[in-house]
Amino acid sequence: MRSELSSGPGRLLVTLYGVFAVGATSRAIYQLSTQYDEAPLAYVLSAVAAAIYVVILIAFVRGGERARKLALALCAVELAGVLGIGTWTLVEPSAFPDQTVWSDYGIGYLFLPVIVPVIGLWWLSRQRKPEPGREPASPA
Amino acid sequence: MYEPLTIALAVAALALGAWCALAAFRDQPAKDWHYIGMGVVTALALGQLIVGVVRLAGGDDPEQGTGLFVAYLIGATLTVPAAGFMSLTERSRWGSATAAAGGIVLAVLQVRLYDIWGAAGA
Repeated sequence: MRSELSSGPGRLLVTLYGVFAVGATSRAIYQLSTQYDEAPLAYVLSAVAAAIYVVILIAFVRGGERARKLALALCAVELAGVLGIGTWTLVEPSAFPDQTVWSDYGIGYLFLPVIVPVIGLWWLSRQRKPEPGREPASPA
Repeated sequence: MYEPLTIALAVAALALGAWCALAAFRDQPAKDWHYIGMGVVTALALGQLIVGVVRLAGGDDPEQGTGLFVAYLIGATLTVPAAGFMSLTERSRWGSATAAAGGIVLAVLQVRLYDIWGAAGA
């Protein structure tokens, strides 16, 4: 855990993404393998969410500029996903016989699926390395 | 499963979460006493794991499925130790916030465990 992305506030984020990754992945495997026919759309979307969480987690742990950019892009996808699917589940509940991780903006998970990517975007965008020869822009 | 233990564990996990969140709010790292608190909550969670396994072995059948119940039971046991481990090498308010998150997640897992066990007999 030496990555600069997972220190400071990043430590809280990497822990939450760890919980999400384990929780969403096991849930997706369980649902896809035992009850796929009940709500295929919901379960496939939950699996997509799980995959995104896993990749973000790995990027946080590895660190570095490429991992930071990847995590930044995936946090944006995650936020778009939870907002888009959250709205979709409210507008057309009949398409979703069962809940997804992102249903109703993540209400089943204390709204963390919508809060955490916002904190993630904030934290990751602050971690950009200053370009060589330039002073950091932030005041003391 | 054993309702008083589930409730005690949920309350203890929430108290741990609030206590560690207070340290984070005061800009303090998690201290020895916080880790002792995590140990107490983990001991309760281990007790719950044992009670759960004994009840399953005794023929009880969780309402929403044995596999799901066991998965949540194991997850609940590991939550606070995992968060505590993550906070160990982050000696700042953010380590405390990480430990607080572990307590809150465990409290939520207790609610899920209660639902999954359902009417199989409190």
